[in-house]
Amino acid sequence: MANLLTISGSPHTHGDTSIKQIMWGVVIALVPALLVSFWYFGIGAILVTVVAIISCVATEYLIQRFMLKEEPTLSDGSAVITGLLLAMNVPSNLPWWMVIIGSVICIGVAKMSFGGLGKNPFNPALIGRVFLLISFPVAMTSWPLPLQNRFILVDAVTGPTSLGVIKEGLGKGDAISTLMSKVPSYTDMLIGNMGGSLGEVSALAILLGGAYMIFRRIITWHIPVSYILTVFLFAWILYLVDPAHYIDPVFHLLAGGLMLGAVFMATDMVTSPMSPTGMLVFGFGCGILTMLIRVWGAYPEGVSFAILIMNALVPLINKGFKPARFGKEVKHG
Amino acid sequence: MLLKTFTLGGIHPEENKISSGSPIRPASLPGTVTVPLAQHIGTPAEPVVAKGDKVKVGQLIGKGQAFISANVHSPVSGTILKIDDFMDSSGYRKRAVQITTEGDEWLETIDRSEALREDITLTREEIVARIKEAGIVGMGGATFPTHVKMIVPEGKKAECLIINGVECEPFLTSDHRLMLEKGAEVMVGTRILMTALGVNQGYIGIENNKPDAISLMQGLCNRFPGIEIVPLKVKYPQGGEKQLIKAILNREVPSGKLPIETGCVVQNVGTAVAVYDAVQKNKPLIERVVTVTGKSLKSPCNLLVRIGTPVSLLLEEAGGLPEDACKIINGGPMMGKALGSADIPVIKGMSGLVVMDVRDAKRPRVYHCIRCARCTVACPMGLAPYLIAQMAESHLEAHAEEERVMDCIECGSCSFTCPSGRPLLDNIRIAKSKVGQLMRTRAK
Repeated sequence: MANLLTISGSPHTHGDTSIKQIMWGVVIALVPALLVSFWYFGIGAILVTVVAIISCVATEYLIQRFMLKEEPTLSDGSAVITGLLLAMNVPSNLPWWMVIIGSVICIGVAKMSFGGLGKNPFNPALIGRVFLLISFPVAMTSWPLPLQNRFILVDAVTGPTSLGVIKEGLGKGDAISTLMSKVPSYTDMLIGNMGGSLGEVSALAILLGGAYMIFRRIITWHIPVSYILTVFLFAWILYLVDPAHYIDPVFHLLAGGLMLGAVFMATDMVTSPMSPTGMLVFGFGCGILTMLIRVWGAYPEGVSFAILIMNALVPLINKGFKPARFGKEVKHG
Repeated sequence: MLLKTFTLGGIHPEENKISSGSPIRPASLPGTVTVPLAQHIGTPAEPVVAKGDKVKVGQLIGKGQAFISANVHSPVSGTILKIDDFMDSSGYRKRAVQITTEGDEWLETIDRSEALREDITLTREEIVARIKEAGIVGMGGATFPTHVKMIVPEGKKAECLIINGVECEPFLTSDHRLMLEKGAEVMVGTRILMTALGVNQGYIGIENNKPDAISLMQGLCNRFPGIEIVPLKVKYPQGGEKQLIKAILNREVPSGKLPIETGCVVQNVGTAVAVYDAVQKNKPLIERVVTVTGKSLKSPCNLLVRIGTPVSLLLEEAGGLPEDACKIINGGPMMGKALGSADIPVIKGMSGLVVMDVRDAKRPRVYHCIRCARCTVACPMGLAPYLIAQMAESHLEAHAEEERVMDCIECGSCSFTCPSGRPLLDNIRIAKSKVGQLMRTRAK
């Protein structure tokens, strides 16, 4: 017997799914939304994206190489996704050094300090975004208007987001009907012709990416559907109760970061529950919190906070909602 | 038509049924055979022969001891060389009888004709006694003594018999070939088992990737009333007893209970043929069909092999062990056991030998769990493999009991599907054995 035989436990074969495959699948799913934001926000958007990706990847490499002294795992693509998602969550005129600070927080604090990919309790990109929002509130909330600023890097013409307009107007006591004339039409909101952060613009492009991810089995439908449906129902009930003070549910779906949050941020597998029922509960919680913040909170937009709060509840959800076990029902036919 | 299948979990590994077109042929007789006395779950058989004794094919050489045990018969004619400890497929050295082959002289009581005997003349008790005498065990790989399974416990009632022709493991084709070439024998065997159980309903579950077997068996149904062929959607691990019952009858075996709770007894296609041989032809279990296959093998085939034949001989029949071979698996690639040597003998439960090269046998690099939940989605028992594996790694096995680790059927779907390449099943096995120990100490 010339051959030395290998002994190992079964199974002796593997399904060829890899982290790499999943992560680059997410990157592909982000491409439509990315192209739309490049179209509307031009070089500013490209610059923010490139800086975010490079600084996220560099931070991860440096930490793994020199602080943890382990073999860098850049090829898995997860740092690229964090960079992309951070870029999606900031305005296109954000100064490059703020983008770098955000990236360092994303990777350094939210991801690597917990032990790297798979160990982080909170969505890294959202931690970065919230950090920037609190540290640089003005820069993070002045949104360049679409199309007009495509070739301008500084001094872009900025304006508030639709959610900001509504929130401020309602605060002053303006009627919904007058406020509606100040926000973009639903068609513009659907295709992305409005102010906002890179990924907040086109609901359609985001949904396209989501459909791709569900088709490739990267994510399941549970979180996006329960999240979006909860927001819709919540807003609808308010609208039915008092249409003069609450805006209609379609607006809530198309405005702000709901689509980006529901499809790309809340579905982050590391920070979301493990069982289908748990995922539904998670999406429901995200929806409720988002609406509470949007309608009664201090900020016009609540997607990031809602997801981060629900991230913290994931261990509890996992404990409470186990997968459906085999062999519970005893049926005699 | 919507095909039946089980609902929870499941995966689709590459089928690789490369030997499915190769008819069963007898392997050449080995010079010596090594027949282990423990080829079944339960107490090993005790030898009833001594060194130097002359034996014939089919002669009893090991007698089953306790309630759960099985007889062992001589697969060749010749002289007992020695009774000693030899390495078996588990990797441990266990007691076995080594016999040098001299000619091929069968016991006169065995009917060696090819003629089909359809009429069942024996009573229930006589059939079970004949199965016990013949040393028949579960041929799908579980090797549980068949006669024990046929005795319905007090207070339980058998309603139907399910014959497992699923063969959901990649590569393996022995059951497929048996159905194609010995379809009538499978049917008679099924009728015998139904008689022994006192049931009027029998099902034969076959996955839809074997359309030839399905149509052939369906054609035989007219001749054998009470047997229904159930085509099943291809999904691993449908050949698991609990999954098969769920697929065919939509009944779930409760946690920690036996299939009889659902009124079913499940037997393998190979077992049905062995039962036919034993009851109609008076032939004990001395040979079986083994698929010898692998991507790099010259001629993958299905061989009719005497028990105790060394594995190396079968590999030669299939064109010899290739240069780059680095793993020989007893069984399929999902649940089979890797063999430590090619000198290991064929046993009653060996349905196939799969040879893997270095590239296929290599395990993927292990990364952190990214909590993607693919393992929980794939688990056919509805467990949370990532959690149980984590508990085993952190030495918290006691908690794994609450997570129903003992329900794990070790199908390997979790490890197969893990994108981080984590050895989930390895760790779950550790938790299982620890929890098993805990349960045993508690029972004392």
